[in-house]
Amino acid sequence: MSASRHLFAYLRFLGRILWMSTDGSWRFYTWMVVLTAIALVGANAWAQQLAQGMVLTGMSDHVSWGLYVANFTFGVGLAAGAVMMVIPAYLYHDKEMHDVTLVGELLAVAAIVLCLLFIMVDMGHPERAWHLIPGVGRFNWPVSMLTWDVVVLNGYLLLNLHVCGYLLYMRFLRRKPRKRWYLPFVFLSIFWAISIHSVTAFLYSGLGGRPFWNSALLAPRFIASAFITGPAFVIVLLQLIRRFTGLPIGEGPQRTLTSVMRVTVLLNLFMLGSELFTALYTGGAHAGPVRYLFFGAHGHHGLVPWIWTAVVFNVGSALLLHLPASRRHVWVLNLACVLAFVGVWIEKGMGLIIPGFVPSTLHEMVEYTPTLTEWKITAGIWAFGLMLLTVAVKVALPVLSGRYASPHAREAEAAPGSSSQESPGGERQPAA
Amino acid sequence: MSDTTRRNLLKGAGATLGAAAFAQAMAPLTKWTADLSFDEFLQKHYKEFTREEMAVVLRRLEEKTEREYGRKVSIQDLPPQEGVSFGYALNLSICIGCRKCAEACHQENNHDRRTGNSYIRILEMEQGSLDMERGTAFYDHDVPAPGKYYLPVQCHQCDNAPCVKVCPVQATWKEQDGVVVVDYNWCIGCRYCEAACPYHARRFNWTKPEVPADEINPDQGYLSNRIRPQGVVEKCTFCLHRTRAGRLPACLEACPTGARVFGNLLDPQSPIRWVLENKRVFVLKEELGTLPRFFYFFDK
Repeated sequence: MSASRHLFAYLRFLGRILWMSTDGSWRFYTWMVVLTAIALVGANAWAQQLAQGMVLTGMSDHVSWGLYVANFTFGVGLAAGAVMMVIPAYLYHDKEMHDVTLVGELLAVAAIVLCLLFIMVDMGHPERAWHLIPGVGRFNWPVSMLTWDVVVLNGYLLLNLHVCGYLLYMRFLRRKPRKRWYLPFVFLSIFWAISIHSVTAFLYSGLGGRPFWNSALLAPRFIASAFITGPAFVIVLLQLIRRFTGLPIGEGPQRTLTSVMRVTVLLNLFMLGSELFTALYTGGAHAGPVRYLFFGAHGHHGLVPWIWTAVVFNVGSALLLHLPASRRHVWVLNLACVLAFVGVWIEKGMGLIIPGFVPSTLHEMVEYTPTLTEWKITAGIWAFGLMLLTVAVKVALPVLSGRYASPHAREAEAAPGSSSQESPGGERQPAA
Repeated sequence: MSDTTRRNLLKGAGATLGAAAFAQAMAPLTKWTADLSFDEFLQKHYKEFTREEMAVVLRRLEEKTEREYGRKVSIQDLPPQEGVSFGYALNLSICIGCRKCAEACHQENNHDRRTGNSYIRILEMEQGSLDMERGTAFYDHDVPAPGKYYLPVQCHQCDNAPCVKVCPVQATWKEQDGVVVVDYNWCIGCRYCEAACPYHARRFNWTKPEVPADEINPDQGYLSNRIRPQGVVEKCTFCLHRTRAGRLPACLEACPTGARVFGNLLDPQSPIRWVLENKRVFVLKEELGTLPRFFYFFDK
């Protein structure tokens, strides 16, 4: 087939599986309707924010980044963490993991889209995004770390879209994928995953005027916590997939991911402890934000309940993961995953961004509380991300398992394009 | 009706409903798009303009200001002067913290009236300490208060400016005369520069600035005090619309004690050179390597 015919056939394939994704059980429809409603509330809040200005947020010239950038940072970690399925599958030839690696890659795609949306809603002039296009605008590469982030995030998105799309399409055609069309990209994506989160850390750690962020440990911490949230999310996601689609997913991937988490939760706590020791024992400018974050300072305590919740959740998840019960009872493992996910979301989100600004560079204490507009937009973007993931998983699994294949491929009459109740779906309950 | 047809009908109804709800959700954008002109959207970066193109943009901005704020203004684009490199020094021994400079800045630079914004922030400091943690910007009593001194902070026009480095689209840069400027029509509003600045020198336009017509300063510069659009970052420019025309910054003229010294660092006869050569001068946060052009000194 010529290249253009391939392209058209591929687009037809995408259209076909997207159409297929509109079929599902009542549970699927309910889930999607609820998510759509939340996403619409977010879209409406964003439209108002764009029209009236970011005065609708709780941000100020003292705390000039808030909930959006916090969620962006966390989202990059989620995307990078998904690579923890790729590494065992491709580097250590874990057969069982190999079968479900695609789930991790789809999660990476959804998470990157989520990140890009969080950046878009944080911009005062999103319509000027074309200024970032090299050659057309004025892309300040390589000096600005933000331009590196634009490159690595979009690159990671394309890499994963290519790998997922190619493997699924070949499966659909019932042809053996050619290694040179995907293996180099898979290995590239492993390095790339580390790069997206390192570069995101460098955004902050490169700023000399913000002692709380200006730490060489930030990038390693980001990577460690990414390898908590990615596996935690996938462990729960795989169970939900098994439950709602009846796909035979073995226990292997769950065991491997749990082992990864047992290490990373401790590593993350250790590095957090090192940061706290250095800041508090030294005292001075470096201690200011840490004191504000954990104990409150000069009568301001906004983040104290947040961060202690995170500490309790992170320590709790570490304990649970090391209890023998986490091997015997899956609910213990799930609880640990939820605690770890929320704990890191706080620690690496609000717990990281806000103390960078409080006290301010002139040591003023101005606090920040997200407004309803910010919560609406944040919820809307998460809902949209979950919709994307649901649809992606829902259309990918039947193709992957061979239940849905090209009518031109042999014995492929059972195309469930119009089937009803039995249609395999990836619908899920809120994971965390 | 077959099961499939009914299902397809329901899907169609659902899609229609969804599309309608989406249109409704995005309705507030009609106001936003009405404000945004095609020319404005496609406007080039400041450095890519020819003189003629710049003239067209300046006229468009003047008309826009008149339309939206009801005041005829003149917006100019004065280039840096040859052989001029600006520097600023502030005598902490005689500053009394009266905030007259901040007020002059507020008026000169057409700042938003509701927020009382200004590029200058004045810290009341404790005698015997340079620790800003023990200072406050929120003092409200007669000045100078006993046991206190005052530290006004504004943009230091750093030669190694972190804000310029981090901008992803080169919307902010250093001019030949040392002033760091922003192209308000190029800034995407990401506020990375605001996070990067160690001196709290940058401000964001969280909403459209509000200035009554009779209070607008009509003498405006493209890179300095023209009324900024919503959603972009702004900063002190050493009043370049004045200083490039041989005048002094508004904050200096307003200072009742003569604590402020401004001039050309390349002119050996200038007062700023005299201060740098004869006083024990320091800069804020020297350890960060930002190389400020804003200096402080004590008389006694």
